[in-house]
Amino acid sequence: MSERVAIVGVGAVVPRPQSRDASHREMIFDAATRAYADAEITHHEIDSFISVAEDIHEGTSITDEYVPDQLGAVLKPVQTIAGDGMQGVAVAFALIRSGIADLVVVEAHCKPSNILRHGDVLEMALDPVYERPLRVHPHYIAGLEMRRYLHDTGTTEDAVASVVNKNRRQALANPAAPYGGNVSTSDVLASPPVCEPLRSLEVSSYADGAVVLALASEERARRCPKPVWIRGIGWASDSPWLARREWSDAVYASLASGMAYQMAGIATPTEEIGFAEIDDTYAYKELQHLEAAGLAPRGRAGALTVAGETRREGRLPVNSSGGSLGMGYCFDASALYRIAEVTRQMRGEAGRAQIANPGSGLVISWRGVPTQTGGALVLGSH
Amino acid sequence: MLEYGWDAGVAISRFLDGLKAGKILGVRCNVCGRTVTPPRAFCELDFKPIDAWVELPDTGTINTYSICYITWDMKPLRKPQIPAVIEIDGTTPRAGFLHLIGGVKGSSVESIRKQLRVGMPVRAVWRKPDQREGAITDILHFEPVRGRRR
Amino acid sequence: MKRKPQRRVAVIGAGMSLFMRRALETGKELSYYAASQALETAGVRLKEIQAVVMATAPDAFDGVHMKGEWLLDGAGGVRKPYLRAYVGGGSGVFSIISGWTLVASGLFDLVLVVAEEKMSSCQPHPQGAFLTIFDHTIERPLGPNLLWIFSLEQHRYMATYGIRNEDIALVSVKNKRNALDHPVAQVAASLTVKDVLASEVVAWPVHRLMVSPISDGAAAIVLASEDVARRLSDKPIWVQGVGWSLDTSYWGNRDLAYPRYVERAARMAYEMAGISEPRRQIHVAEPYDPFAYKELHHLEGLQLSDKGKAPEDLARGRFERTGELPTCPSGGLMGVGNPIAAAGLMKLCELFWQLRGEAGARQVPGNPERGLAQAWGDLMQVGTVAILGVN
Repeated sequence: MSERVAIVGVGAVVPRPQSRDASHREMIFDAATRAYADAEITHHEIDSFISVAEDIHEGTSITDEYVPDQLGAVLKPVQTIAGDGMQGVAVAFALIRSGIADLVVVEAHCKPSNILRHGDVLEMALDPVYERPLRVHPHYIAGLEMRRYLHDTGTTEDAVASVVNKNRRQALANPAAPYGGNVSTSDVLASPPVCEPLRSLEVSSYADGAVVLALASEERARRCPKPVWIRGIGWASDSPWLARREWSDAVYASLASGMAYQMAGIATPTEEIGFAEIDDTYAYKELQHLEAAGLAPRGRAGALTVAGETRREGRLPVNSSGGSLGMGYCFDASALYRIAEVTRQMRGEAGRAQIANPGSGLVISWRGVPTQTGGALVLGSH
Repeated sequence: MLEYGWDAGVAISRFLDGLKAGKILGVRCNVCGRTVTPPRAFCELDFKPIDAWVELPDTGTINTYSICYITWDMKPLRKPQIPAVIEIDGTTPRAGFLHLIGGVKGSSVESIRKQLRVGMPVRAVWRKPDQREGAITDILHFEPVRGRRR
Repeated sequence: MKRKPQRRVAVIGAGMSLFMRRALETGKELSYYAASQALETAGVRLKEIQAVVMATAPDAFDGVHMKGEWLLDGAGGVRKPYLRAYVGGGSGVFSIISGWTLVASGLFDLVLVVAEEKMSSCQPHPQGAFLTIFDHTIERPLGPNLLWIFSLEQHRYMATYGIRNEDIALVSVKNKRNALDHPVAQVAASLTVKDVLASEVVAWPVHRLMVSPISDGAAAIVLASEDVARRLSDKPIWVQGVGWSLDTSYWGNRDLAYPRYVERAARMAYEMAGISEPRRQIHVAEPYDPFAYKELHHLEGLQLSDKGKAPEDLARGRFERTGELPTCPSGGLMGVGNPIAAAGLMKLCELFWQLRGEAGARQVPGNPERGLAQAWGDLMQVGTVAILGVN
């Protein structure tokens, strides 16, 4: 029995800063309808469903209640993963490998526009006794991390700013990216500090969205028109405490990518990964994550970026979609937008954003401050 | 403090507009043939956009009710609240939503149970038109319809 | 189910903290106690654990956003693949399903499953965490609280089958009495049906003593792949079947008299376990009993009683610890307590001990070989089922 698993269907709504015309359930219905059409499947055929959501993002306790209808999942096995989109995909992968499901759907969505002050939500993610009483906007955690990363690796603020320049420019070729724009490195450096050295243009902007992916066993995937194969998947968490973390290293991303590479049989990622969609919730995270995933030597990701090697036409295209800086920050759905983009690239469906001869694609995800949880996925065309 | 401004969406927005106009709206799916309320933009069973909107009567039947003597933080209520699931007339199969029962005398379990039963017909009691705001509370409550049997 | 699972998964250790109204310990500390006990009984060190599953109910109890992340160090999740699946009250039993999935996939050989709840942090009353479970636009403006939906469902169940409150009160009596033998129990008691019905009506037809308490507590188990289980344990208890199902969110559109989602979940688990006659093949059951009527309601959904007949089965002693099908020999949520996710996993810990013959004063007679645990949650909507057995 083959144990291979493929992504066979992708459906997403275009992320946008506001989505007043549709409830989140209506947006998910739209994304699911697209995903099922893309995979040429019906809702009756799906064995298991996974929703990725957090109560306080939704403003609903036990938000799992509001999952099944818009996926066509009434009275089916449905579960909610309170985690990263990648963890949802990992569970889908595991369900198929266990043998109890051939076709599994993963959904993630977000409506940041419905949260009046997201800073208040983030603050609630901090330890209520030790950390929250400081009453500082949680972006400061990114500021602390960026400072230490720059200090330890010698990465320049220019290099971090060039990530913003690259991703927002690349977003101009992606019709699903609301934040495309010509933003120069000096524009970024001139933007006001949020928590110095972190500048406002280095923080990705919110977007509302919904993504649905369909995954299938090899046998089932052969009956779908455009399977893209999962070569490896991994995820990991590091300590939640602010007082006990490696501020300059994304250890979770090293562990997650290590797990995915081992499964994929990848020894030298720089040679075997053709392109990547990497979490860039804050611009410096793209650099930190590239190094954690072994795609750049420590302290070199910045220079590679400045040299243009991570542009769409470069040696290792990164965030050809525009990333979260270009497409918007979609909470835990961000991972699924990244995966959707890699899938489209591998199918040759990325239009003006298409990378020539993409090869195997890598996704690195992160749950945002204050977490140290992230995932990795390696996709291949065969 | 956490605050949200939820987008109600296509279907519930129209339902709320209906309430403001003193109407209970439902939707119909041509595949399964069901007419249901609260309205939804898609049929969750057939997984397709809904086919038609229908205006339902503001009468229905008590599916189940409860006589609640406490608040959420366990403070006693002298006058109980009577939540109920109301099956709205004209839905197939008979379906409905959560609301409150009013127009009932007394406050003891015994006296209230004498006036209510599962399967009893009820009618919506509306706010005055100029006081409605397009919310579920534009219906104040449902009250028993005396002398009418289903 | 498409194919037979390729790999077998066993429970090799279990642990629990005390269940209590207000623990001095934090949720992380409670998790640590339960996890340590499970690891110790399994003979496994944390560094050998390859992945960790956490189950915990609404973030609102703790007032912590992404509380799975916050709790992870207490559960031993640092620098490991860590996962929190969340299906409301069904999460405790679902946690073994998450762990089973990870081991059965071949990704991991040793997984620690921890379930934690600290409800007491929520002020002024933990029910506040449930105010926002209702639809924000068409239900919350009516001011619903959690008791409403249970009392509505219980009344529909009673009205449909002509069940009396006396029949339902007997569940409280049985479970609170069973809990007298559980060393971690919070609300064990020796009561009569009269006592239960004499307690105040909170939301008719529900009386106070028909409701499980507010609790803090944690439970944990260790899961292993077949080879590892045989190496580490001389009495592994096998996960024979798992099932889960979620019904529509439009709960006013459903028949509340019968939990069809529990039936779906049970049928999925029975098929995997190769069970065709559950009433004969299940020897001990831990149905979910956060409210007294729920145990009866669930026994019917599980196909362990006919529709509307569970009260009669209970009255004739079928579900006593020495009866034909002992249910909630632990004392259940009505007796041991209801730290939500931990209470679900407590039921699986109980099966582990019952099937190993280690349940002490709670041991059901006759060397049971197969047991079932079930939980339920969301808007009366989700069923989660796991079946454990000695082979």
